[in-house]
Amino acid sequence: MRGLSRLAPWALIAVILALWELACRALHVPPYLLPAPSSVAAALIQTAPSLATAAMRTLAMALEALLLASVLACALALAVSLSRVLEQAVRPLAVGLQVTPVVAIAPLFVIWAGVDHPGRAIVALAAIVAFFPIFSGAVSGLASADPDLERLFDLYGASRGQKLLRLRLPTAVPFLLEGHKVAAGLAIIGAVVAEFVAGSGGAQGLAWRILEAGNRLQTAKMFAAIITLALIAASLHFAFQAFERRALAWWRGR
Amino acid sequence: MPANLPAAPPVAALEAVEIAYPKRGLALGPFTLDLAGGEIVALVGPSGCGKSTALRLLAGLETPSRGRVRRAAARGETSVVFQSPTLAPWLGAAANVALPLELAGMPAREAMALAGQALQRVGLAGSAAARPAQLSGGMAMRVSLARALVTHPKVLLLDEPFAALDEITRRALADDVLSIWADERPAIVFVTHNVEEAVYMASRVIVMTPGPGRRAGETTVAAPAPRAPGFRASRTFRAAAETVSLQLADAMAREAAPP
Repeated sequence: MRGLSRLAPWALIAVILALWELACRALHVPPYLLPAPSSVAAALIQTAPSLATAAMRTLAMALEALLLASVLACALALAVSLSRVLEQAVRPLAVGLQVTPVVAIAPLFVIWAGVDHPGRAIVALAAIVAFFPIFSGAVSGLASADPDLERLFDLYGASRGQKLLRLRLPTAVPFLLEGHKVAAGLAIIGAVVAEFVAGSGGAQGLAWRILEAGNRLQTAKMFAAIITLALIAASLHFAFQAFERRALAWWRGR
Repeated sequence: MPANLPAAPPVAALEAVEIAYPKRGLALGPFTLDLAGGEIVALVGPSGCGKSTALRLLAGLETPSRGRVRRAAARGETSVVFQSPTLAPWLGAAANVALPLELAGMPAREAMALAGQALQRVGLAGSAAARPAQLSGGMAMRVSLARALVTHPKVLLLDEPFAALDEITRRALADDVLSIWADERPAIVFVTHNVEEAVYMASRVIVMTPGPGRRAGETTVAAPAPRAPGFRASRTFRAAAETVSLQLADAMAREAAPP
């Protein structure tokens, strides 16, 4: 049974691909509208070197953005957790920035970064998108210590610093892990969206490969780039999920 | 106080304390309690009568709206055990027990050695490295008890510490607490809603009214401590339990039908 449920998703994919191939051939669908899986595969192999370079570029920008977002979000969350006034001051701004679609602010960042540095605008935009899950996770994690445990720290005369280092920060660990996992997925999305809006080939990421192939009606190449994008996004997600699981097991001791 | 114990000087006292909250109004009091060194007092009352609040006042974790709290014990000489074990999940059992010592500035190695002894005391010498998630409810409660004992407190405050445990485990833990008390003689205030447990543990059982909690009655349990094996079947035990139950029923009835 276990082996069967592991095989099931692959079997479904195989069935879909077979039906798709058959339909394309039987109905003579024009390849610019919907290429058959076989031609997508051919395009994947043919453009593999340039796709790999573009994928590495997108991944690098997303990871750079994630790192930037993580440092900023953790620092701001720490500051906010130490000062109620600061929290109340920051909250509406944070919500405002969070609900504004990244597509809407992207052109602004492209202008600020300058035409010669589209990569900087993309990293900044992806970082904005990745910032919020880490920030809100860190803020609620730092505030979610067991109240009785907090009373014990008071009873034993713990200082503010001791409470932060020995109670609040360790309590926040699971929240931070979850926040980073969600942020990793969002960083990829942010990087792709930002690259679309930047609209130039300057950044040379996967989004550009999709746009380029689309403009030339090379639909098979579009599919090849989309598949590559899905693959790197999925690998990043699973990598973070595995890390979260291991880190949580270590945190809980099992 | 049982006749076989000499009168000890008070280690803590609540003098006509009241706790009032802005929205709920009066939650406790006026309530008075003198705690002599080395005695065991049980506070029995219905949920919401403010018995846990009284405990927090004694611990200095809350300040009364009116009245006074006297505490002869210095900081670090009072320990609390809560209803849930309240352990840090990211620390092993010994590290949890060592926490009060480390917070007071003791070097980690020394604190861990003393924590090991405290764990041995509650029968968990083999679980020093185990994390709270790996312990049963009863074991986690013992770790919590060891953490309270590691500082050798003069006042030990127990807030329904066995409420979440099964009957067999809670009886075993009650005997453990009594044997520890026999060795170190801390003053113990024990909050419970279980009449039999109160009578088994305490030399004085104070019954509280429904909130705002006031004193509804007090019963002295005239039996040597720690308890003899057949104590639960003795006439003294049954008589005291009946007196406490009647006081409790009386306090509840007065609440239900105000004059």
